[in-house]
Amino acid sequence: MKLLESLRFAFQALTGFRLRSILMVLAMSIGVASVMILTGIGEGARGYVSGQFASLGTHMLIVIPGRTETGGAGAAFTVPDTPRDLTLDDAIALRRSAHVSMVAPVVLGSGLVSAKGRERDIPILGSTRELFTIRHWELSQGTALPEGDLQRDTPVCVLGSKVRKELFGADPVLGEWLRVGDRRMRIIGVLRPGGMSVGVDVDDVVLVPVATAQALFNSPSLFRIMVSATRRESIEPARRFVRDTLRERHQGEEDVTVITQDAVLATFDQILGALTLAVGGIGAISLVVAGILVMNVMLVAVSQRTAEIGLLKALGARRSGILQLFLYEAVLLCLLGAVVGTLVGQAGVWALASTYPQVPVATPLWAWIAGVSVAVVTGVLFGVLPARRAADLDPVTALSRR
Amino acid sequence: MIRLEGIDRIFQVGDQQVHALSQVDLEVGTGEYISIMGPSGSGKSTLLNLLGLLDRPTSGRYFLNDQDVSGLDDARQAYTRRRYIGFVFQFFHLVPRLTAAGNVELPLILDGVAPAERHERVKTSLAEVGLADRAHHRPDQLSGGQRQRVAIARATIMRPQLLLADEPTGNLDQASGADVLKVLEALSDQGIALMVVTHDANIGARAHRAIRMVDGRIVSDRAQ
Ligand SMILES: Nc1ncnc2c1ncn2[C@@H]1O[C@H](COP(=O)(O)OP(=O)(O)OP(=O)(O)O)[C@@H](O)[C@H]1O
Ligand SMILES: [Mg+2]
Repeated sequence: MKLLESLRFAFQALTGFRLRSILMVLAMSIGVASVMILTGIGEGARGYVSGQFASLGTHMLIVIPGRTETGGAGAAFTVPDTPRDLTLDDAIALRRSAHVSMVAPVVLGSGLVSAKGRERDIPILGSTRELFTIRHWELSQGTALPEGDLQRDTPVCVLGSKVRKELFGADPVLGEWLRVGDRRMRIIGVLRPGGMSVGVDVDDVVLVPVATAQALFNSPSLFRIMVSATRRESIEPARRFVRDTLRERHQGEEDVTVITQDAVLATFDQILGALTLAVGGIGAISLVVAGILVMNVMLVAVSQRTAEIGLLKALGARRSGILQLFLYEAVLLCLLGAVVGTLVGQAGVWALASTYPQVPVATPLWAWIAGVSVAVVTGVLFGVLPARRAADLDPVTALSRR
Repeated sequence: MIRLEGIDRIFQVGDQQVHALSQVDLEVGTGEYISIMGPSGSGKSTLLNLLGLLDRPTSGRYFLNDQDVSGLDDARQAYTRRRYIGFVFQFFHLVPRLTAAGNVELPLILDGVAPAERHERVKTSLAEVGLADRAHHRPDQLSGGQRQRVAIARATIMRPQLLLADEPTGNLDQASGADVLKVLEALSDQGIALMVVTHDANIGARAHRAIRMVDGRIVSDRAQ
């Protein structure tokens, strides 16, 4: 029996048992489609997060006091119980590299803020104009913190949009005085609403010059230092420069942690990549379930068609020929399922992508290939048992039944 | 053409042995027309299955055209069945989802005959059994006699040397049974050896040679 004829015969058998075949194709296609849609969502989430990071500027390094990371040579160091503080002088020292374009020291605390008889306890962030650039903060009115000498204590402040609304309502605020702790500061700007940054809600914060914040909290230590590298390629040199400079300044002790946004992004990438694999795996399980279904249905088909199998043997079909016929039937079912599943999966991905245009939902090629191959392989694997059962049927017994 | 020597066929049922055939010797020449009769359970079907290579003897030898075929492997047996032997069954055994033409075509497909030639041969074969106009009907659209004639067309389309029919009229009324028998006898006139198992004495009497079986043995074998 020729290959094409066997396929035709198997196909005729499939169309002969239409309902059964449609149900099987459905089960298979659900498996393939779910692999495609689930991995599509996973990849979409990954693309979305990378996109968000890119818009933040991925050339950023964050210097945090204390070693929170150990690993490599670092593990040999004993971490001091109280790490040396980061100071303004450290921040100034970090400016002296061609790889560094901007440095923004950050002081974080909280204080009682009052104006017009209203009073609130609000996070207070001390920094410089550079932080606005690094963080892509925009102002809805006024100007950002003053440029120039980091050490200069100037009594001015920029308000988050929520602070402004709660303390002043709709009243004009530029040039007004704000009491922060025991000091008075002139309001020079208001931030445009939006987002979180450095773990602080930028809508609910008062920004003051870094030296002013140090005076306010009566402490010279910095919460962290934000460093912007000049280019993507300079992230690593900048990181080395920061580490070496601070070690030198801290008597050879490596007591700071430098996080690059690249590293954070890579971590996210890893987590979301694993997530994609996991959900893809769940889809693949549904494929295997479909494969088991196919096996059962094929077993039923074999017992339904015993007489037909006996007849084929009497007409001179070989054992291997019968084996082929039933194997082809299972594989055809699964292939059809894969084709329908691909169409359904594509439609689903397309529907998701048009519902959430900001998330780049798309099935990765590898997931599609994996889904289809799992479908076909399960078809073959789970088709073997019924096909062998058919091929091993004794023709006399098979034909003796009506 | 056919020679059986000392054929035994023993079935093991539980711890009991059933001698379906005992020491059967038989010779069949080209184009013979033979009827096999005997009480139920006498081994008629078992003998036919052995002759058709659907079953193997427990002991004894089977020569087809002077070649010992009792020990052939699966592929060779299949080939022999396809080329030399045709079957007609009591229950027709047509594939229900295929048309009459599709059923008749099956042996040609199994043998790898090209589609154009297949088409021609199926047409001729259906015409021979008087069903040229029913080629595209499915079995459930045919009468019992017509179904059996489709089955005969299928059994003979490979031009076998031996046609084995196990109670071919057992499921048919008198008239269509007679039709079917006429078709079979016409084939036998063309040189195909025909062996018919039957319970109908009238049919048995029409054959040129009558074999009678009892308890797995051939008790009489005579020309008539
Ligand atoms: N597969 C089998 N397993 C066990 N015993 C069997 C088997 N096939 C046939 N037999 C036994 O062998 C004997 C002969 O059976 P066979 O079918 O050849 O009889 P038969 O002459 O065709 O009868 P009938 O006229 O009723 O068709 C019977 O006793 C039967 O029970
Ligand atoms: Mg019988």
